[in-house]
Amino acid sequence: MTTNDRRTTVSTPTDTQILITREFDAPRHLVYRAYTEPELFKRWWHANRAEVTAIEMDVRVGGRWRYAARALSNGYEFEFYGEYREVVPNERLVSTETFSGTPQASAMDTVTFAEKDGRTYFEMLIEHQSKENRDAQLASGMEDGLQDALTLLEGVARELA
Amino acid sequence: MARAATTTDAFNAVAEPRRREILDALARGESTVNALVEQLGVAQPVVSKHLRVLREVGLVQVRDEGRQRIYRLDAAPLRAVFDWLKDYEQLWTERFELLDAVLAELKQPETE
Repeated sequence: MTTNDRRTTVSTPTDTQILITREFDAPRHLVYRAYTEPELFKRWWHANRAEVTAIEMDVRVGGRWRYAARALSNGYEFEFYGEYREVVPNERLVSTETFSGTPQASAMDTVTFAEKDGRTYFEMLIEHQSKENRDAQLASGMEDGLQDALTLLEGVARELA
Repeated sequence: MARAATTTDAFNAVAEPRRREILDALARGESTVNALVEQLGVAQPVVSKHLRVLREVGLVQVRDEGRQRIYRLDAAPLRAVFDWLKDYEQLWTERFELLDAVLAELKQPETE
C-alpha cells in the first residue's frame, strides 16, 4: 500500500453534504472496533488538538452517543452527540450528529466500512439540513488557527489601548 | 434548454474533477473556450457548462476581446475554499494517522 492510498479526502458532493474517505491497512472488523469501542476511539479522535473528556456509545438502534473534549489551544469545551438510527456491525452506522456549539443544527451521518483484500475503505457522509450548517462545520476545522489569530489580535489591541 | 440544478457555491464548484481541470488550466494563464476544449479534450458544450458554473461562483472572470471571449481565473474565492477544506481535511488526516497506529496494534494478536 502506498502512502497515497491512505490519503484522507474531503469533498462536498452537494451544498449540504461533506464526504470523508480513507483507506486503512486493516480488515474492517478492526476498523469497526476502533470506531465503536470508546477505549479505542478516544485514542485517535482527539487529532492531537483536544483532550477527550468523555466518550459514550450505546451502539444499537435508538442508542445515544456522546463525544466530549477540550481544545488544547484555548481550553474550549465542546461536545458532539446523537442517536444511532441504523447499526450493521462491521458494515454500516447511521446516526444523527449535533455539535454543542450549534444545538439547533443536527446532521445525519452515514459511515460505511467496505473490505477488499484485507483492507478497509472507510466512507463518512455527513448530511446537513442547510448549506449554512454544512459550511459552519467545515469552518470549524479552522478553529485553532482562528483562535490563535484572535488571541494575538487581543494582545495587540491591549498594547494599543 | 432545461438546466440541471448546479452548485451555488465555490465548495461544490471545485468538488467536480472536470472543473478543477479547467481551473488548473486557467491557473497557467487566461484562455478561450476553444483553447480549453483542445487542451482538455472535452466537448465544447461541456467546457462551456462548467465555465458558466465557475463564473456564477466568481471563480472565473470573462472579458470580450474583439470576437473572442477570454476567461481567466479569479483565485480570491478559491483561497477561502481551500483554507476551509484543507484545515478540515487536516483534522481528519491527523485523526486517521492516529487510527492507523491503533489498528496496527489491534492486528498484532491476530497475526501471532
